[in-house]
Amino acid sequence: MTRTREWVYAWLLLLPAATLLALFTHYPAIANLWHSFLSTPKAARPAKFIGLENYHALVDDPIFWQALTNNLWYALGTIPLSIGIALAMALWVNRRLPGRGFLRLAYFTPTVLPMIAVANIWLFFYTPGYGLLEQITHALGFGSHNWLGSPSTALPALMVVTIWKESGFFMIFYLAALQSMSPHLAEAAAIEGASRAYFFRRVTFPLLMPTTLFVLVNAVINAFRLVDHIVVMTRGGPDNATSLLLYYIYEIGFRFWDSSYAAALTMVLLVLLGAVALFQFFFLERRTHYQ
Amino acid sequence: MNAYAISPLARGLETFGAWALGLLWLLPLAYACWTAFHPSAYSTNFTLTAPLTLANFVKAWQAAPFARYFVNTVILVTMVLAAQLVLVTLAAYAFARFDFPGRNVAFALVLVQLMVMPDVLIVENYRTMTQLGIKDTILSIGLPYMASAFGIFLLRQTFKTVPRELDEAARVEGCSPLQTLWKVYVPLAKPTYIAYALVSISYHWNNFLWPLIITNSVESRPVTVGLQVFSATDQGIDWSIISAATLMTTGPLLIAFLLFQRQFVQSFIRAGIR
Repeated sequence: MTRTREWVYAWLLLLPAATLLALFTHYPAIANLWHSFLSTPKAARPAKFIGLENYHALVDDPIFWQALTNNLWYALGTIPLSIGIALAMALWVNRRLPGRGFLRLAYFTPTVLPMIAVANIWLFFYTPGYGLLEQITHALGFGSHNWLGSPSTALPALMVVTIWKESGFFMIFYLAALQSMSPHLAEAAAIEGASRAYFFRRVTFPLLMPTTLFVLVNAVINAFRLVDHIVVMTRGGPDNATSLLLYYIYEIGFRFWDSSYAAALTMVLLVLLGAVALFQFFFLERRTHYQ
Repeated sequence: MNAYAISPLARGLETFGAWALGLLWLLPLAYACWTAFHPSAYSTNFTLTAPLTLANFVKAWQAAPFARYFVNTVILVTMVLAAQLVLVTLAAYAFARFDFPGRNVAFALVLVQLMVMPDVLIVENYRTMTQLGIKDTILSIGLPYMASAFGIFLLRQTFKTVPRELDEAARVEGCSPLQTLWKVYVPLAKPTYIAYALVSISYHWNNFLWPLIITNSVESRPVTVGLQVFSATDQGIDWSIISAATLMTTGPLLIAFLLFQRQFVQSFIRAGIR
């Protein structure tokens, strides 16, 4: 094939995917920026250019700040714990443990279930006066507590669901990394007289670092991307205590139908995700070579 | 780490910890099963002799058009996967084996989707679907996901490992690039295809927020949205029925997972290490 023909061929192969990507990823990202500078069209008034007004409103919007802070706490509360649990799970099921296959299944099962279904189950679990959690706390002699109904415990209650759902997913990646690790390392360390804790700290954990970074990036994205359980369990309440950024976008955009303010909010989310992308590029891609 | 002789105490503690965590992890599911298979009088009353019943499933099935929801989900998942496999294969082939101006820029533009997923562009994509006039259709749920950056990336990696000699041999035999793709690359990438398919199926079976926004009728709603509509509209908060509906909607996926457990886990690993 001649060079030009090869170019044309390659672009033709790319064309279908490129069209859809442009239409549903690149165009909306740019259109979103443009729409955030416009007012929301109403029946009688078409959209008009209002400059940074949506962003001024955003800075003055206490609910936006709350959703953003909630989201950061949510990320901080779920990510380290789910990664830690995932690592413990992987170390356990990597060893010769009685019932290893069963345990692996138990840990991983929440991952394959839809978040929405899982949220329904947990909603029942948390139901005041009736749910399993209440029954347990009652049996132990504690009083009643509305876990999802009080602002101080609602977000942590949701975090538990997230940790429960995600740990098993992250475990898989750790398990894969552990299994590709040479057993000679442990043998050598044992001969040298290194303790197990020392071996883990100085050999296993550093070798797992690429996996940890990979899992970390995924966990951060998920913390900003997944709000299904909020729709089911709290609808952002009580008093916006569990409103996360994407949930707030959904509320503004599809319950109050203020699409340009929702566009401004989406820009914040896109900037956050962009920051994650840069982090990944500088810390992750540098260490792993694909070519 | 079998080189280390672990003291019986430490081993016992670890086994205990692992099992405690495993049981804790299964507890919510076990609870849902208990509630779903017993009359509502027993939903929080754990008597081992409680009568088993399927009545909750029957009631849930009759209370909402779940059959239709299942059909919708199956159509959605099949359609998305079929489109993805074609689009992703062609694009990955171009990136893996063709040299053309703008390749690196184009690839970077594809990778943008790994961060800016359709999941967060809901406002604009809703606008686009309205303009295209396909709002509230199964097609509109799947369309934003069909050109999958993740799939392109994954398959490009696999195609790059195919020896050039095989490619050249096929060309010498007179194969066109598309025939080479079909006869050499696709068969060799079969494990990757399986991995990708499993990940895609579970993702789209479980997807919720976008379908919730873009659909508005029984004819297009997937089962996740159907479940939410069902449990949010007042069912007299009969948890037995809601639990039954929840298990029912996850049933096919859960059964598939239990049957193909090993493949599932391997697929997630293969898809994750990129």
